[in-house]
Amino acid sequence: MPAPTCASCHAARAALRRPRSGQALCGPCFCSAFEAEVLHTVVAGRLLPPGAVVAVGASGGKDSTVLAHVLRELAPRLDITLRLVAVDEGISGYRDAALAAVRRQAARWELPLTVVAYEDLFGGWTMDAVARSTAGTGRSRSCCTFCGVLRRRALEEGARLVGATHIVTGHNADDVAETVLMNFLRGDAARLARGGGLGSPGEGGALPRCRPLQFASQKEVVLYAHFRRLDYFSEECVYAPEAFRGHARDLLKLLEAARPTAALDLVHSAERLALAPAVQPPRPGACSRCGALASRALCQACALLDGLDRGRPRLAIGEREHRGGADVQGTRGRAQAAVQAAAAF
Amino acid sequence: MCQVGEDYVDPPPRECPPAPRPGRGQKCVKCKEGKPVVAVRAGDAFCRDCFKAFYIHKFRAMLGKNRLIFPGEKVLLAWSGGPSSSSMVWQVLEGLSQHSAKRLRFVPGVVYVDEGAVCGQSLEDRAKTLAEVQQILCSISFPWHVVSLEEVFSLPPSVLRYCPQDLAGTEGAYKAAVDSFLQQQHALRAEGAKDVCGLAPGEEERCWRQSQDPHGPLSLAGSPTAAQTEALCRLFESVRTLTAKEELLQMLRSHLILHVARAHSYSKVMTGDSCTRLAIKLMTNLALGRGAFLAWDTGFSDERYGDVVVVRPMRDHTLKEVAFYNRLFAVPSVFTPAVDTKAPEKASIHRLMEAFVHRLQAQFPSTVSTVYRTSEKLAKAPRESCAEGPQGPRCLLCLCTLDIDAADSATAFGVQTSALSQMPPSTLQAEAGIPTTPCSAVGGGPGCCGKACGREGDSQPQVIKQLCYSCRANMKDLPSLDPLPPYILAEAQLRSQRAWVMQDIQEYLIKDSADEAETTES
Repeated sequence: MPAPTCASCHAARAALRRPRSGQALCGPCFCSAFEAEVLHTVVAGRLLPPGAVVAVGASGGKDSTVLAHVLRELAPRLDITLRLVAVDEGISGYRDAALAAVRRQAARWELPLTVVAYEDLFGGWTMDAVARSTAGTGRSRSCCTFCGVLRRRALEEGARLVGATHIVTGHNADDVAETVLMNFLRGDAARLARGGGLGSPGEGGALPRCRPLQFASQKEVVLYAHFRRLDYFSEECVYAPEAFRGHARDLLKLLEAARPTAALDLVHSAERLALAPAVQPPRPGACSRCGALASRALCQACALLDGLDRGRPRLAIGEREHRGGADVQGTRGRAQAAVQAAAAF
Repeated sequence: MCQVGEDYVDPPPRECPPAPRPGRGQKCVKCKEGKPVVAVRAGDAFCRDCFKAFYIHKFRAMLGKNRLIFPGEKVLLAWSGGPSSSSMVWQVLEGLSQHSAKRLRFVPGVVYVDEGAVCGQSLEDRAKTLAEVQQILCSISFPWHVVSLEEVFSLPPSVLRYCPQDLAGTEGAYKAAVDSFLQQQHALRAEGAKDVCGLAPGEEERCWRQSQDPHGPLSLAGSPTAAQTEALCRLFESVRTLTAKEELLQMLRSHLILHVARAHSYSKVMTGDSCTRLAIKLMTNLALGRGAFLAWDTGFSDERYGDVVVVRPMRDHTLKEVAFYNRLFAVPSVFTPAVDTKAPEKASIHRLMEAFVHRLQAQFPSTVSTVYRTSEKLAKAPRESCAEGPQGPRCLLCLCTLDIDAADSATAFGVQTSALSQMPPSTLQAEAGIPTTPCSAVGGGPGCCGKACGREGDSQPQVIKQLCYSCRANMKDLPSLDPLPPYILAEAQLRSQRAWVMQDIQEYLIKDSADEAETTES
């Protein structure tokens, strides 16, 4: 059966069916539609003002590769300057290959690349060292908790290093949808109250962050990478069992099969969730050690590192309420315990 | 597998080796005396009497805590024949028969909706089910209404209207209502007259019997004409996905129950949603894009209709507790196939979520309670950032305040309705930086599209415009809106006419900006 003609240009043969709408499009039409949609998100959401210096969190994976590519296409129109920031977590065998991919991309796009390493930022702690330290406690799966918190911090540091005014990350609609499902399943009302937007506007001295790909489903991201022949690194991290997100991911896959717009419907739900004022998180303050944004005395990164340095990584994640007296700290501690339990699943 | 004992009527149908059960010496955790019969949670083994007390207490506590149902108020119990709603009817029956200060003081009625036509039941099957239903209804002595789903074709458009009612929901109002009720009762008793609530069970029954009219237009079962049944089947067959079918059925059912409640002046409707069911519903509605309405859809009370409030008194009971209670105390229920019975698990969002939650619950026993607990932290008011005020327009079908954004906003709704994705790439490249035109295919501003298409009799865009995000998604699975019951189309027509008239006078209206400034300040 010959392919139908493209529904957009009516000239070329269609090469794909858009997962979201079922529209048959040719490769170039799909790619320009995808780019226009990202542009629309950035413009309508006022995410990146003209003149912004934007740090793109580049992991070498498909999402950040596509994000960097699209933003590079749109950069002249948006009047923004791009900087790639990659984080070296210090995971031997895995990270080197991913970083090589990022270096290739940076060379191809002629974009300046900065690599920040956990080892330099966090007093010699690499993820391999963290994994060894946590392995003995029987909590080896909490690696992702450490890595996620530390990567966030590292990206912020890297962005400041290159003089960026904004940070963008490659989270797509599927990531946001999975997060909503997960937060509901583990009862994390505070995160539900905070989530839903396109990022954070940058309060308390932190750089504004946003997710321009939030409305693009994972399938479309992969399709875009395919048609633009982008070279990206796709391998699971050696420390990433993350079983709980796996549940949400499997569910989302099934939901999408039943209704193709399921991911976006979940994103819509996340945007519109209204939580009772009692669970709204308190206004964040500053970390007493590093001055970064923190909802407690120490920011999460400092707290985790503190636990690691004292050789008690578990204490850093789970048993917070024994040290803090205030009620707020108690609930935060419980939320942390829930995160840890989820990571242990 | 958590029940001990001789209560099994038939020989225990057990293939698997019995689960670890309480040792012989173990006693009920509550009274420390009785022989434990059932373990609802790990480690909590109850004896029969304590389990009953625990179960009843939960029900009463849910009603007592919320103080929403006033004494003497007419309450319609929505009974599907399933375990949870049957258990609810029995709780009410039990609560009314108690001769103590604690007895329930509202006036109940029961409604049963016969959905056989859309659930693939033959006429004989439906008749058989109805006979069973009527047998149970006759045994419980409440006034009852059996309606068939086909009656949606004769509903008036007014069903879809919000009827405001000054909610007397404050503490003081409740106390005053209780006091006046007690006084009234006292006065009646002093006169020697027997008020309805003070009668002995036998007389009570007769009294209610008379008050109901089993042959009235709404109570007559089996009345749907063949044409109506056919129209209903045609409507459901035209729906492309099972997901949309389930949502459509739920919507029609709730409109029908609302109509029965309004027609017979019931001011409350009780549904039997259990905690497990609500957790599943919550996750399902989340996936269907109903994030803004989760608190309405799953909370204890749902005031979206204004004059009739839906309450969910069984929301603290897990499905497991319900099943054991019904078994131990022989609560009758009727089995009817649902629209998704025998459908494969992947056929609809509803089925997927149900299976997912049950599977996760089996692995992590706190899943349902965690999800349910989260639902209690949801607020009914829209999120501040996207509030259009509680008086904003309501969805034609679900009657919730519309949760849609501007067609070109940076939201999940905006990106789907923005004209970008439909435009050819050449114009798109040129215009992408500029805000899009208001006249998009689906979302549409109030501008040109509506008028042009609406007058020409193509009602589809007109109706779609009046829907919330999730109802739009469902209606996308209907190739044509024509088979929908007339009351929906009539109300849609009426609403869009009203909108045109409003638009016509809009330019003559003077906005009082000082007033607005005041309200924003306060």
